[in-house]
Amino acid sequence: MEKGINVTLKVWRQKNETSAGSFETYKVQANPDMSFLEMFDVLNEQLITEGKDPVAFDHDCREGICGMCSMVINGRPHGPKGGITTCQLHMRSFKDGDIIVVEPFRANSFGVIKDLSVDRTAFDRIIAAGGFVSVNTGNAVDANNILIPKEIADKAFEAATCIGCGACVSACKNASAMLFVGAKVTQLALLPQGKAERQSRVVAMVNQMDAEGFGACTNTGACAAECPKEIPLSVIATMNREYLAAKLNGK
Amino acid sequence: MKIFGFLFQSSIGKKIMMSLTGLFLISFLLVHCGVNAMIFFNDGGEIFNEAAEFMGTNWLIRTIEVGLFVFLLIHIIQGLYLWNDNAKKRKEKYGKTAGNANSTWYSRSMGLLGTLLLLFLIIHLRHFWVISRFTDVVTGGEQTLYEMMKEVFAEPWVVAAYVLGCISLAYHLMHGFQSAFQSLGINHPLYTPLIQQIGNGFAIVVSVLFAAMPVAMHFNIVQ
Ligand code: SF4
Ligand code: FES
Repeated sequence: MEKGINVTLKVWRQKNETSAGSFETYKVQANPDMSFLEMFDVLNEQLITEGKDPVAFDHDCREGICGMCSMVINGRPHGPKGGITTCQLHMRSFKDGDIIVVEPFRANSFGVIKDLSVDRTAFDRIIAAGGFVSVNTGNAVDANNILIPKEIADKAFEAATCIGCGACVSACKNASAMLFVGAKVTQLALLPQGKAERQSRVVAMVNQMDAEGFGACTNTGACAAECPKEIPLSVIATMNREYLAAKLNGK
Repeated sequence: MKIFGFLFQSSIGKKIMMSLTGLFLISFLLVHCGVNAMIFFNDGGEIFNEAAEFMGTNWLIRTIEVGLFVFLLIHIIQGLYLWNDNAKKRKEKYGKTAGNANSTWYSRSMGLLGTLLLLFLIIHLRHFWVISRFTDVVTGGEQTLYEMMKEVFAEPWVVAAYVLGCISLAYHLMHGFQSAFQSLGINHPLYTPLIQQIGNGFAIVVSVLFAAMPVAMHFNIVQ
């Protein structure tokens, strides 16, 4: 095994949604090839051996596609590297002796469940409000039955790569969810399957987003800069346009 | 009217409103800066005084001025409301922040810059607008507007306050100009970089010109 690096972690510990949290300091020796989450596994092994409560954190796929992992590392969601999730961040991105501050994604709309694990069901409710297309049940339709120009399909796919992680909210000084909502609105507005509910969708999703208590966008661009899937700021412009058109149409 | 209610109620409606009023204020700045820059003809304010008289007496300009104040008030009130409201969306703050890694400081400080501008505006309106509107200074009273400017800018603290106001304006515009287009849904790989460049250019040219006025008058660079 390669020589490990020693890091000092300042981790946010919070018992539950209602209790007050605080930072705890831990020392961990990590292999540089470990992912950031594997380093947390090592920390938790350590804590369990010492008879202490392990740190709760969310994770599932550990390959950058599920969007569950959610940590703000030294002030940046998903850590210092662009275009990756926390599970894809490796300890080789840190130096021996580094002090690393790890906090949950913070926003009123993302309550802390425990430690670094936050409640992102507000996103689910926004999707339920309109982030879908309605189709008849029955036989599955043939693929490519409706022809979509490659350029449009690519743009829709780019927006569809959003994994709903919430890093955009956590990076935004206003805790705004507009990059997330904009990505879904853009994806469905581009595709013929999404056209039927196009105007009612954007209004319903924006209403739900506001009702969930997310902030209003001030176009700082922090969301797009921190998004692990590099969703561009233009999806918010698309959503603004879609919303304005729908509203002026009396939706 | 009900159909326009969203401009004051929903998150996107509010930013569309900030954008529309902001763009109107930008067009006002262009005219204001253009007229005032006439002092640089260095003719003892002759052309400038004429332009000021036209602006002060033309009925169309006077009517637009009413609209300007309405838009200005909406921009200020909505802006202050949004600043306060957005600040409440994250009750538990981060222990460590790294904002500069993902955005510019001035894009995150529009509320603060706007407040500085508001303070400047109060001083500025008190200095010039109140007097040129409610006395006969622009229509050929004892003192011309140009002479009045000379008098006001003789005071060093006033010059300093104006320069500070112009610095706030520059940063407010650098973010605000391009942001206004984004809020209206105008974002395109071909045009957005251009809009950003024009916005930065506009912010710098207008602010530098405005700042040069009190400075030039204070140091008698324009006579
Ligand atoms: S837009 Fe990006 S940062 Fe926001 S939820 Fe989707 S993947 Fe995460
Ligand atoms: S654990 Fe699935 S994206 Fe990180």
